[in-house]
Amino acid sequence: MSKEKIKISEALYDIMPSDYQDLVKSATYGKEDRGWKDIGNNKELIEQHSLCAGCPESMAFRYILASLPNPEDTVMVGSTGCTSLVFPMVAVHNIHSLFGNQNAIASGLKRALSVRFPDRTKDVVVLAGDGATVDIGLDMTLQAWFRQEKFTTICFDNELYANTGGQESGLMQKGFVAKMAPVGKLFDKVRLPEIARESGCHYVVNCTVSKPSLVEKVIRNAVHIAREIGPTYLQLYTPCILEIGKNSMEGLQEMRDSEKPTERFAYKEYVSEPAKQLLAELAAKDKERKAAAKQLAGKA
Amino acid sequence: MSQYRVLPGPEHFLPPAAASMGIRLPNPGEAHINGVITSEEKAYEEAAKQFLMAKVPTLFPGPLVLWAWNEKAAKKATAIRHLYDTLKECVQPGQKPMLIPMPDYRPKYPKINPEVEINPNHPNLTIWHNKIDCCMFIGVHCHQANLSLKIIRGGTSCYTIAMCAQAGHEDAMLSFRDASVEKIMTLAEWVRKLKGTVQPRLTSAKSGASN
Ligand SMILES: Cc1ncc(C[n+]2csc(CCOP(=O)(O)OP(=O)(O)O)c2C)c(N)n1
Ligand code: SF4
Repeated sequence: MSKEKIKISEALYDIMPSDYQDLVKSATYGKEDRGWKDIGNNKELIEQHSLCAGCPESMAFRYILASLPNPEDTVMVGSTGCTSLVFPMVAVHNIHSLFGNQNAIASGLKRALSVRFPDRTKDVVVLAGDGATVDIGLDMTLQAWFRQEKFTTICFDNELYANTGGQESGLMQKGFVAKMAPVGKLFDKVRLPEIARESGCHYVVNCTVSKPSLVEKVIRNAVHIAREIGPTYLQLYTPCILEIGKNSMEGLQEMRDSEKPTERFAYKEYVSEPAKQLLAELAAKDKERKAAAKQLAGKA
Repeated sequence: MSQYRVLPGPEHFLPPAAASMGIRLPNPGEAHINGVITSEEKAYEEAAKQFLMAKVPTLFPGPLVLWAWNEKAAKKATAIRHLYDTLKECVQPGQKPMLIPMPDYRPKYPKINPEVEINPNHPNLTIWHNKIDCCMFIGVHCHQANLSLKIIRGGTSCYTIAMCAQAGHEDAMLSFRDASVEKIMTLAEWVRKLKGTVQPRLTSAKSGASN
């Protein structure tokens, strides 16, 4: 399957920055076993992206984009915030929705795609900050889950509004003082993973993005379950190093520190019964496919 | 009727949105020059003249034409290339036409390379750097073009032209609407037609880019 999906106009190809040319030339389309190990050989995000140097969101973007099972037929829906700066710099179709509206847009989009392309699998993945997901967009987020809309919602949880300079968000920790929230947060971090489970999500994960293989696994699970069964939700800690006063090199350690068993990003996963069954089926199929491939390779 | 005219800047820190000063958009088949509604024919002639007068006439193709997301976009890209080639053929020694892409338009500061790309939120940087004194936006999303055109008017004396795929831009000094391959080609024809009849402002003190 094809790179035809995203291409630069031939007549203007030579004037495009080489970063974009590379992005299109070496995006990882059409590989069944694509994953985070392709990073380095393939390009998922341009180098001159607009996030701060060392922002863990840029790592998260690379891992997620490399792990999408079917990028050719995936549309990502973003919202305003640091995440949205990245969307024009990736080779996956995407829509920038009004702040907070992302799950409403994704609902319509997913339904429209299934009408327009009844014979093709089209995945929709929402990716937005915690302000967009848990504060201003909470209504849209929850309503999409109640309605059992078949797409994945990913929240890049940096525990505040980073793009506008550090206002308090629902996912901020209690007591945290941010640049634009000097009083300190008065209530606990909203327990959205639990709310997601109670609201009908079939797969919910709360973790950091310190381990690419883990991100790959949860993205694939979330997209496959959303495709077949119903809504899925990933809450990924992508600390705003700028706001917590860390250097570019310290994002990874910050994530490792906060995923310890007693910390707020200790790995938590919920899988509904039908989703468990689906994952087991997929794992069995995968095993079969790999065994067949091995056999074929042995014969050759 | 407003007396406000959309003229090359610099209007300094915060130029008003032209719409708020009573400038209105052209109806189909019309265009505007400096905020005055005019026939499309007149606008082609004026745009071609402005290009031929400029020291650094520049085309800024945006994401809607840089990406071949449908056949029409790819055809527009070819027409833009043709317009650029025509400009190159028709200018006089000393004039320097440019074709600078705007692949994305989110704030990307401070890391833009004004040699090769422009970020429309900070077009003034690219315009200053390259001393651009006449530019045309094409294939940019409207809300972003409005913002950029206002910034350019605020900080530079660059003459701005918008080849808008929708209803046009009040904030450009000259705006077409309903951009199509035919319209881009017609503009190229006008450039060719006026070749040699327009004096470039090569010696004038006004360099276009001012800050
Ligand atoms: C409707 C609307 N309201 C407010 C804003 C202003 N705004 C832009 S980015 C942002 C904060 C984004 O925070 P978050 O979703 O947590 O993402 P982050 O920047 O932290 O990644 C806000 C409030 C907007 N652009 N649109
Ligand atoms: S402001 Fe924070 S979240 Fe946004 S790009 Fe910079 S480090 Fe990342």
